[in-house]
Amino acid sequence: MEPLAATGLYRRRRWINTMVLALSMLMTLFGLFWLVWLLWTLMGQGLRYLDLSVFFQATPPPGSSGGLGNAISGSLALTFVGVLIGAPAGVLAGTYLSEFARDSKIAVVIRFLNDILLSAPSIIIGVFVYEMVVLRMGHFSGWAGALALALIALPIVVRTTEDMLRLIPNAMREAAAALGAPQWKVTVAVVFRAARSGILTGVLLAVARISGETAPLLFTALNNQFWSHSLNEPIANLPVVIFQFAMSPYDDWQHLAWAGAVLITLTILLINILVRLLLKTPPSRS
Amino acid sequence: MSFSENAAFLSPAPTGENPQGEKRPATPRPGVSKQTSAGSQAVKLSVHNLDFYYGQTQVLHAVSLDIPANQVTAFIGPSGCGKSTLLRCFNRIYELYPKQRAAGEILLDGRNILAFGEDLNMLRARVGMVFQKPTPFPMSIYDNIAFGVRLYERLTRSEMDMRVELALRKAALWDEVKDKLTRVGTEISGGQQQRLCIARAIAIKPEVLLLDEPASALDPISTQKIEELINELKQEYTIVIVTHNMQQAARVSDFTGFLYLGKLVEHDATPQIFTKPAKQQTQDYITGRFG
Repeated sequence: MEPLAATGLYRRRRWINTMVLALSMLMTLFGLFWLVWLLWTLMGQGLRYLDLSVFFQATPPPGSSGGLGNAISGSLALTFVGVLIGAPAGVLAGTYLSEFARDSKIAVVIRFLNDILLSAPSIIIGVFVYEMVVLRMGHFSGWAGALALALIALPIVVRTTEDMLRLIPNAMREAAAALGAPQWKVTVAVVFRAARSGILTGVLLAVARISGETAPLLFTALNNQFWSHSLNEPIANLPVVIFQFAMSPYDDWQHLAWAGAVLITLTILLINILVRLLLKTPPSRS
Repeated sequence: MSFSENAAFLSPAPTGENPQGEKRPATPRPGVSKQTSAGSQAVKLSVHNLDFYYGQTQVLHAVSLDIPANQVTAFIGPSGCGKSTLLRCFNRIYELYPKQRAAGEILLDGRNILAFGEDLNMLRARVGMVFQKPTPFPMSIYDNIAFGVRLYERLTRSEMDMRVELALRKAALWDEVKDKLTRVGTEISGGQQQRLCIARAIAIKPEVLLLDEPASALDPISTQKIEELINELKQEYTIVIVTHNMQQAARVSDFTGFLYLGKLVEHDATPQIFTKPAKQQTQDYITGRFG
C-alpha cells in the first residue's frame, strides 16, 4: 500500500485546505480594511477639533465659537435613564426565560417576540414613542428620548441575560437546591453571582448600542441649542447634533460634528474594551 | 417520643400504609422503625415499588429495598442502569425538571416523602446530596458552608464560625483551608472542592447523605481521602452512594444493590454480593463479563 502522504486524495484535501484558509484570511482583511479606513479618517479629521471648549461650551450658532457640552450632558442623561429603565426590566425578563419558564410555551413566544424587537429598525421605535408619548405630551422631551432608548436596550439585555444564565451548569442549581434553598434563593445567591460579569456585559453592550442611536431621538428628544437640565423639555444629544451639524453648510459646525463623531466612537470603543476585560476575568464556576 | 409516633408504633398497619401528608414533629434520629431483612439495623429509608419516568420513558421498574441507618449502601451497575436516578429520588432533586416523575413510595423514618404536599426544602435539609462534579458556589469557602446553614438557622457570628469549622473538620478539610476561608471556593483543588461540598452538605445536619459518584472526577489520592471520610461519616449519617467503580463499592459499603436496565437485580450485604451473589447477572457484572 502507498504511504498516505502520496495519495491524490490527500494532496487534494491539502490543496482545498490551503485555498479555504487563504480565502478566509482575505475576507477578514476585507472586513478590517473598512474599519481601519473609517477610524483613520475619523481620527484624522476629528481629533484636531477636540479641545476643552468642546466639552464645556454649548452648541453655537453658525459663525461663533462653542462646543458640544450640552449635547454631551444630554446624551449622558438620556443613555443613563434609558439604561435605568431598560436594564432592570431586561435582566428580570431574561431571568424569567432562563430560570423559571425555560421550556414552556410562553417562553418560546416571548423569546420570538424579543427577537423581533431586537431587530426592529430603530426609526420605527422612534415613531412609536413619538405617537405614544410626544403627541400626548404635546412636545418633544428628554423622557420620550430615554424611553425610546430603553426600548432599544431592553431586548439586548433580555437576550444576553438569558444566554449568560444558561451558561451556568445545571449542576450548580442542583447543588444549591439540594441544600434546600428555594428557587429564588438559588437564582439570586448562586446563579446570578456566577453569571455576574456576563449580565453586566450585556448591559454595557446595550449602553454602547444606544449611545450612538440617532433615528429614535429625532422623533423624541429632538434637540436643544441650549443647556437643558430638565428631561421634560427637548434635550440636546450627540447623535442628533452630529446629524444636524454634519449636514449643514457651515465649516465650524462640520468641525464640531467631526469632534462629536470621534467622541461617540471612542466611548463605544472604550465600552467594548471594558466588556472584553470583564469577560476575561473568568466568572467563578467550576 | 410524640403521641403520633406512639400510635404508629402500636398500630398493626405496616409502615407502608402510614397516612400521607401527616405532619410529624421533631424526627427521631437515627431511625427507630422496623428491622431490615438484611441484618439487625434499623431501617432509615424504605423503597416500595418505585417507578421512575423521564417523560414517556420508564427508567426504574418496581424497585424495592430497605436502606439501614448508619450504614453505607452502594448502588452499582452499568451506565444508564438507573442508579443515579434512584439516588435522585431520595431528595426529589429530579423535581427541578418538570418532565421527570416518580411513582411508588419512599419512606424516610416511616413517612412517605414522595407524597403530595411534602415540603421539599425541609426534605432536602434532612437528606443532603453531593454530586459527581465538585460544585463550589462562586463565593468564599466560608460562605459556601454558611449559605446552607443560613437557610435554616440564625446564628451569631461566633456560632457560625464554630459551625463552619466543625463542618470542615468533619470533612477532613479544616487543616488545609483554615488560613484561606475568605478565598473563593473555586480556587482550591478538585479533591478539596469535593470535600468542601461534603462539608457544605453536613453543615446543615442532615440525617442521610447521598453521594452521586463523588470520587469519579478525582485523582486516586483524593479518592482515597473521600473513601476514608465516608467511613468516618457513617457513624453519624446514613450514607447512600452511587459508584461506577466496583472496587470502591466493595471498599466503602456495607450493603450493595446491583441495578440493571432499571431493575434492582440483587441487594444484599456487600461481602455476599461480591463473593456469593445469588443471581447470575450480578456474577457476570462483578466478574467483568459485561458493563
